[in-house]
Order: sequence, then structure tokens, then C-alpha cells
Amino acid sequence: MADPPLPPPDPQFVLRGTQSAVHALHFCEEAQGQGHPLLLSGSLRGLVHIWSLQTRRVVATLDGHGGQCVTWLQTLPQGPQLLSQGRDLKLCLWDLAEGRNTIMDSVHLESVGFCRGSILAGGQPRWLLAVPGNGSDEVQILEMPSKTSVCSLKPEAGARPGMPMCLQLWQADSSPRPLLLAGYEDGSVALWDVSAQKVCSRIACHTEPVMGLDVDSQKARGISGSAEKALAVWSVDERQTLQVRRTHQLTNPGIADIKIRPDRKILATAGWDHRVRVFLWKTMKPLAVLTFHSSTVHCVAFAANSLLAAGSGDHRISIWSLYPRT
Amino acid sequence: MDPELSAVRLSVQEAVHVLSSSEDGGHILSTLGSLKRYLGETENPALPQEQEEFARIHFSTCLRCLVGRLSPRWLGLLPGGQLEELCASFFLKGPADQAFLVLMECIEDAAGPSFRLMKTARLLARFLSAGRMAAVLEGQCQRQAEPAFPLLQETLLARVVGLPDRLGNRLQRENLAEFLPQNYFPLLGEEVLRALQVVVDSLRGGSDCAMSFLSQVLGKACVLGRQKETLRALVPRLTALTQGNGLWQRVCWRLVECVPDRAMEAVLTGLLEAALGPQVLSRLLGNLVTKSKKARFVMTRKLLFLRFDCTTPMLQSLLGYLAEDSQRRPLLVQALKELLETWGSSSAVRHTPLAQQRHISKAVLICLAHLQAAELQDCRAELLASLMAGVQTHLDSSLPPVRRLGMVVAEVASARLHPEGPPLRFQYEEDELTSEMRGLATPRPVADRPSEAGLSVAPISGDTPDNGTVGSDGPQARPGGSDSELDSDDELVPCDMSGDTELKSSKAPAYVRDCVEALTASEDWERWEAALRALEGLIFRSPAATREVSVELAKVLLHLEEKTGVAGFEGLRQRALVAVTVTDPARVAAYLTAQFYALNYSLRQRMDILDVLTLAAEELSRPGRLRRAQQSSPAPGPRPGSAAAPAWRAVVEERLRSKTRRLSKGCAGQGPAAVPNEFSAVAGCFFFPLIQRFDKPLVTFDLLGDDQLVLGRLAHTLGALMYLAVNTSVAVPMGKALLEFVWALRFHGDTCVRRGLLSAVSAVLLSVPAERLLEDLPDELLEARSWLADVAEKDPDEDCRLLAVKALLLLEKLRDKLLPPSST
Repeated sequence: MADPPLPPPDPQFVLRGTQSAVHALHFCEEAQGQGHPLLLSGSLRGLVHIWSLQTRRVVATLDGHGGQCVTWLQTLPQGPQLLSQGRDLKLCLWDLAEGRNTIMDSVHLESVGFCRGSILAGGQPRWLLAVPGNGSDEVQILEMPSKTSVCSLKPEAGARPGMPMCLQLWQADSSPRPLLLAGYEDGSVALWDVSAQKVCSRIACHTEPVMGLDVDSQKARGISGSAEKALAVWSVDERQTLQVRRTHQLTNPGIADIKIRPDRKILATAGWDHRVRVFLWKTMKPLAVLTFHSSTVHCVAFAANSLLAAGSGDHRISIWSLYPRT
Repeated sequence: MDPELSAVRLSVQEAVHVLSSSEDGGHILSTLGSLKRYLGETENPALPQEQEEFARIHFSTCLRCLVGRLSPRWLGLLPGGQLEELCASFFLKGPADQAFLVLMECIEDAAGPSFRLMKTARLLARFLSAGRMAAVLEGQCQRQAEPAFPLLQETLLARVVGLPDRLGNRLQRENLAEFLPQNYFPLLGEEVLRALQVVVDSLRGGSDCAMSFLSQVLGKACVLGRQKETLRALVPRLTALTQGNGLWQRVCWRLVECVPDRAMEAVLTGLLEAALGPQVLSRLLGNLVTKSKKARFVMTRKLLFLRFDCTTPMLQSLLGYLAEDSQRRPLLVQALKELLETWGSSSAVRHTPLAQQRHISKAVLICLAHLQAAELQDCRAELLASLMAGVQTHLDSSLPPVRRLGMVVAEVASARLHPEGPPLRFQYEEDELTSEMRGLATPRPVADRPSEAGLSVAPISGDTPDNGTVGSDGPQARPGGSDSELDSDDELVPCDMSGDTELKSSKAPAYVRDCVEALTASEDWERWEAALRALEGLIFRSPAATREVSVELAKVLLHLEEKTGVAGFEGLRQRALVAVTVTDPARVAAYLTAQFYALNYSLRQRMDILDVLTLAAEELSRPGRLRRAQQSSPAPGPRPGSAAAPAWRAVVEERLRSKTRRLSKGCAGQGPAAVPNEFSAVAGCFFFPLIQRFDKPLVTFDLLGDDQLVLGRLAHTLGALMYLAVNTSVAVPMGKALLEFVWALRFHGDTCVRRGLLSAVSAVLLSVPAERLLEDLPDELLEARSWLADVAEKDPDEDCRLLAVKALLLLEKLRDKLLPPSST
């Protein structure tokens, strides 16, 4: 290790023009498949911008949330359809095919919190959607596109975990049963068996609300970040029990979002301290601290070609190319 | 008279007559043959009595006669070099001492280069290579029966040892390789060894021998500075021979004992250098140190205290030798006491060169390593007393190496003298010297108890692998480490994460006044720190606002204390103070210089004042400073914290330049515009208040007393201010005042102060114009010159001597400039 460490990297390029804080980011492979994905960003003022990464310009702007913050963006695997969740208590399903941008459908949400939804779609026409539910601590599971409510996951009587803060639907490689990971306001992460409507396991990983989590379904391991100064890595074993494997201390408190790269090599966290941190997923070795933004970073997203995007309160979206896949 | 002996005389006289006059080869041959009978080499030798008579009285006459006849013609009387061979046989076979003396005599008497001289020199070389020198030495050893003839012995001694010099003088460029000192002295060493072998053999045979001649030869060779060559051949062989052989050891002891006093030091130094370790030395010297007064003086005083050119291994052998034997151990204890006393004496610390202090410190540490706890216990009080005094004086010294020396010795010595107490720990930077010195202090295993040493080592070595396996088990057993998949795919290289610091929430003040307020009143430490960090940039950006509060700000900064562990606090505070001083030099300098002599400041603060004044003066006097400041001031955009701004500006300017086509190269390529030296106007405000009051002691601050560290720093600062005031009109009065200051303090005892004064003198010589120096300060210059010459010659400190020489060179240059060399 005689070599001096590499200098901290610079962003590959920066997207400006949202004119308000960026709260949601999502990469979407372009239908034509030219290799340049589109980047979707949701802003505090309720607009969804669609960016071409080739021209680095806005391709289209969607306005469907009445000026309220867009908190979650997700495209569906089966077609050019976009889900956007806003704080106007609406979840819109957009049709983006052939240059259209019309709202096909919308779901009325009950919760006013910041909790982002989650989907489980395996390419079939029917898919599951998890959104924060009616009561303050409920999670609602819908079957889409029929919008039929499958169930409502309510913690048992004694537990008072507070509001759900982040959701992740997933399916372990071993079993076909859909599972839901939910991070709660009291800092705990719970694993729900959706079909049985019961909590398989719940662990208290943090002392502050869980702000973001992501899961690696192959290894059955996940990571969560909260308002405190630590990340927690946990795993799910065969009996569907959660177990904290390790924690990682950070320099400054507050994690807004966590994403594991699709190739499961590295992960990125969006920090309240204006920085994006990159870790090696296998060992949690810190790899880089990306300092570019001058305000809280609200969201990070990885593209399939391993680009990393970070959206921040300083109205800018930075795009990074880190440790490209070989 | 005995008829036989007179017969010998008659035949010799006849033979000499023949040899000196005859030109007939056959006649000469037969005459030589008849003489040869007396050497006892022929088939019908003469009677032993006759032989002895011949050897004693007539041999040298014959040899002289032979040497006198050496010429090409004479040697050509018989064919095939028979005569030459025959002559040579006389020199090589007969009594060696006489042959040697005759040869040397002949060589020395030769008037100039001649055939005879060369022949004789060749003969001498043959004499040496045939090992006859051993015979010369042996002859002197066995001359016990008859009373030694001192004059002869002395002549012989001078010839034996002085051979290379004499031959070199005589033969000049024709000198033979055998006679060069680097070849001759090893030979002499070997011959001494051979003579010693004969001595040992004859002692075994029961006959007496005198060794004083050998000792004298050895001593004289060493006094001539040929220890290395002579002993290089001798010592390794003696080391081997004395191993387990009592007779050889005794011979050896006797050999060194008989060395004359004046040569003792040279011989002992040579032996110490050549011998490997205390055991060998002990075998070679025996209890010499208790027997010979001179040897004791050399070994326990001179080598330990004064000869600081001795290497550490030599010191180790010497003290190890003292520790080897119970009779010598009291000397070691005594030496330690005296060493510690010298080590602790304040006069020694002040007046001896650093190398000598280092030497003594090493000797102390080695002594401590050799002494047992019980021995130390007996004189603990005494040792502790001198140690404590010594630590005090060392720590008081203004030279960092001396202080460090004091710390190392104090740590080690207190651990040995006071093993039960809590260990003393100083904070000093580790370097080669300190680690070497601490290595000296670890007691080496006692040699006469090897079994115990082996035992004590064994369990340790047994333990280590256990520890190792425990350590290597660790990562495997560690829970939650890497998962079961251990495929080490491409390990991603981490980037530099040094920038990942804690985010400061509170905002830095934006105005100088806010900073003052935050630094004085704020209980919010984050704000306090942010204010300190922002201050320098704010001062440079708003000089006008700074001038309004400059003195107040300087006061706040001067009294600022580090309350929280702010990284780089000292640097931040100093830079801020310098910035204030530069922005409003006259008033702040007046304030700072007044505070320098005020009550109730710590030495640290006073030294800070001096540092700040120097740095500010440097900043003010730097050419082009003004323009740079003006350039950066009208751009309020880039924050001082963002280091990227200047780079960005440079890039843009570069791009502008490359895109702009200039039709004519105007004044674009010129260097920096000439600007007035800002320090010129205020140099006096910096300088004179500082120099005025150094001799008026305060209750808390006495520059001429205990606070010499500050005095040294003051002298340096004044020198620096003088140097920075070059080309200003105030330089002449400043130089005059500074020379007076130097004159008043020139015999100061502290090295640091003297260094400061010397650099101040150099600054005066550099800054004051030469003409003005000669016109206004001729007397001061003369006085300074004689003082400098004195320092350059006599000062114990090397740096002082160097500085004095530099100042003298400057004076020389000055003279050359004023007086062209042709007129002098």
C-alpha cells in the first residue's frame, strides 16, 4: 500500500434545471434500447423530469401531483409505464409509450408520511404494490393493475413501532412467498410474510427512524440507514429470522436513501451531510466519499450500466461512474 | 689477553685489510670464506668462544667494510653475482641487530642516490622479508644475562620503529614498497608476534625473558599513530592464542604492562579499537587497570570523559572490560558516579561540545546496563542527586538536542535507579540517536551464566508461536466477517477519504467584528472555532474594517487560549495575528512590542509575539504583495474555504489568453511592477521598541536572567527584522543599535543567545550599505571583527563557530567591495 490513495472522484456530469430539490430518482432502460438509459427525477415542486443521458437534457416533464413533492418513482418491467408517488396522496400510473405522457390510472393513498412504496413484479401482468396504509402504522398491499386490496399489514397489539418509513417487497430465491421488509419509525426493521399477514421477525437495528433500506435477495442480506450515525447490515436466514450482522459507524448522522448496485458489488448511501458514501457490499469497506452537493442528498439510484445518480436539495443531480463493471 | 681471542682479532684485521684493498676476486672469496667460519655455518666452524668474540666485537666492523665496498666494479670481480650473494649471507646469517644497525647506518649516511644506497636498501628489504626483524626483537628479549646497554637499545628502537620515515626521507621517490608504513607496520606486528612466540617457548623451557623492548616497540609504533596497522596483524592472533592459555595471557598482560606511560593511551586506544568485545579485552589486558596508574587514568578518565571521538563499540568494550572482573567493578561504580556528576554539572552542559555530552551520556547508559541492582542500591542516593541536578540543567538548556539527551538519560537512569517507582516518561521525537541510546541501556545477558540466559530465553520463544496461532485463528473465528464465499474477486481500490470530516453546522461569522465578538464572548465552541478559522480570510478581504478594530483584535488573539481540541489551533491563531499585523502594522506592532515587555505574560506568549512580528515583517517586505492583495480583494465571490476557486480562475484566464489574438506584444510580458517596500515605513515601529528595554528586568520577566530562551529568540527576531529592512533608510540606525545590543551580550553563556547574536551581526552586514557601515560604524565593526574571530576559533558550539565564520566572510567581502584588490 505504498501508493498514495486515489484522489476522490468528480461527477461525470451534472444535471441542472429541476429548479427545486430532487427527492426521487429512477433509471429506466429506454425502450428502443440504444444503450442510453433515461433518468427520471421527481422534484419538490411536484414535477417529474425525464432526462436523456445522451443529450443530458430534459426530454419530457410530467406534472401530475399538483405541486406536491414527488417522493417515489418506479417503472414497470412489462412496458413503458411509470409509477409516481406524491405527497398529494396520489400514486399515478403513467403511460410513456411512444412519447405519450398521460396518467392511465391513479391510486388514492391514505398516509401523509414520507414512506415510499414498493412493487413486486416478475414480468406477469399482475403485480403487487405495497404502500403505507390507512392507520398510522399500517402497510397496505394492493394487487395491480386491478387495485384490489390484498391485505393490510398491521403490527400486533403490543408492538408500537410507529409509522412505516420505508418498504421493500421481495421474494427470497428459496421460496415463492412474497415478503415485505419494512423500516419503522422506532428504528426497527420487520420482515412480513405477506400471504400469512404476520411478522416473521423484527429487530431493532437503530435508535432513530429507519430512513432507507435495500436488500440483496440472492444473499438474503440487507442494509438499512437511519437518522443516526450508523448503518446496519442484517440477514434473513432460512427460518425467516432477521439477524444483525454488523453495524458501520459514519462520520455524520443521517442517511436519506440506500441503494445496492444491481451487480451487488457496491452500495451507495445518500447522506444528510451532503455526501454520497460508497461501500463494498461484501465487506462494507468504505470505498469513496463523494463530495459535490451543497445540500442534503435525498436520493441515490443505480443504472443497469452501473452509473450512479444522486439528487440533492441543491437542485442538482450528479451522475457518477464508479468502479465500472469489468 | 686470551691468546685465542687475540688470534681472532688478528685474522679479522687481516681479512678487513684484504677486503678493503684487494682487487683480486679469488683472494676476496677465500677471505670471506675464512670469516664465515666464525658465523658457524661452514663444515669446520671456529670454536664457540671465538664465534662469540667475533659476533660481539668484530662483526659490525666486517659488515661496514663490506658495505663500503659495494660498487658495480667490486661486485663484478667474480662472475654470477657470487660476491653479492656472499655479502648478503653475512647480513642475513649473522647477529641480526648489528646487521640491521649497519644497514640503517649506511642508508642514513648515504650522501645521495647511488648504486650503494640502492643495493643496501634492497639488502634491507631482503633482511625484512627473511623475517630477520623477529630475530632483532628476540635478541633484545634474551639479552637478560648481560646488563642491557640502554643507548644501544634506544638506537635500535628508534631505527626499528622509524624505519619507514628514515627510508622514505632517504630514498624519496625510489622508495621500495616494503618500507611504506602501510606495509611495514603490519609486518612489524607479525614480527612482534613471532618474538612473543619465542618468548613463550623459552618461558616454557624455564628461562627468563625481558619483554620491555617489545612493549617499547609496540608503544612507539602506536604513539606514531600506527595502531591500526600494527595491531591489525597482532590482535586477532593474540585473541586466538590467549583463548584458554594462561601462559599466553600472562605474556600478553606483561607486554601491555611494560608499555611506557607516555605510550599507554595510544596502545590502549588501539587495542580497544581492534579487540572484539569485553571478554577479549579482558584476556589481553588482565587487571592492568588496577596495576598501572597511567592505564587507570586513561581508561577511567581520559577515554570516558575526554576522548569523545571513541566509537560506541569501543566504549562498550571498555566498560564491559571494567565490569568483567570483581576487582575492576569498584572502578566501574566510581566511573558511573563521576560520569553522572559531570553529566549533571551545569558548567559542563554549557561549555562542552554536544558530541562530548553525547559521549558521556552514552557512557552513563552503558555503565547502568552493566551494574547490578544491588551495586546501584549502595550508592543510589548519590547517583540520584547528580541525576536530578543533571536533568534540571539539561531541560533548562536552550538547545533541543541537549534537552532530548537529558530526557533519554533521565528516563533510562531513573528506571534503573528507581525500578519500583512509576516510570518517568518524556515526550520527545524518536530518532536514530534516541533509539540507539535506549538500546545501549538494555543490560546484555551476563556471559558467565549462559545456562540461565538460555533458560530464560526458551519459554519466551515457546510462547511466541502460541500467540501467533491465537492471532491467526482470530480472523477465521470472527463472526459475521466475510460470508462463506471467499472468492476474492477484483478488490476495489478505495479512494482518498481524508476529506470526510464532521460537518459543521454553525455558520462562520461574516464580519471581522463578529469574529471578535465570537472569540471573546461565545460559549458556542463550534462558532468559536468557525470564527477562528474564518478570521484570516476576513481580515484580508476587509482591511478597512480590520483597521477599526485592529488593536482590540490583536489583544483578543494574543490572549486566546486553546480551550477545545481544535486541530491546528496554534497555526490559525498565529496566521490571524500576522494578518492583523500586516493590515495595520504601525498600531498593532506598537501594541505587540509594548506587550512584549509587559507584566503577566507567559514565555510562550512573548515568543509568539516575536514570531508574529518576524512573520509580519516578512510578509510586508515581500515585493508584489500589494498587487496580489488588490487582485484578490475585489472578488468577494469565492469563499476562502473553497480552494477550487483560484484553480478555476487560472483555467479561465488561460483559456482567455489562448483564445485572444494579440496584434502586438505590448507590456504583457513584463515582470511584476515595482512597488514600494511596505516594511520600510514601519520597520522602526517593529524594531526599536523591542531593542530598547531588554536590560530592564521585570518581576515576572528577566531577559538577562533566567529567560535566556526568550533572549535568544529576541536576538534572532532582531536579526530577522534587520535583514528584512534591507534598502530602507532606517537600516543604518537600526544596524547601529543592533551592533550595540550584540556588543553588550557578546559573552553570554547560552549557546542559543550567541547563535542569535551572530546571525544578527550577519544581518547587519547584509542590510546596511557598505559605505554607511564604514562611515558611521567603523569602531563597532572592528570590535565585532575581533569578537567574531575569537568565536570562530574558540566557541564550544559548532553552529556558533560556523555562523562566526560566515559573518567573517561577509566582512571580508565588504572590504573587497570597498577596496579593490589591486590597491591593497
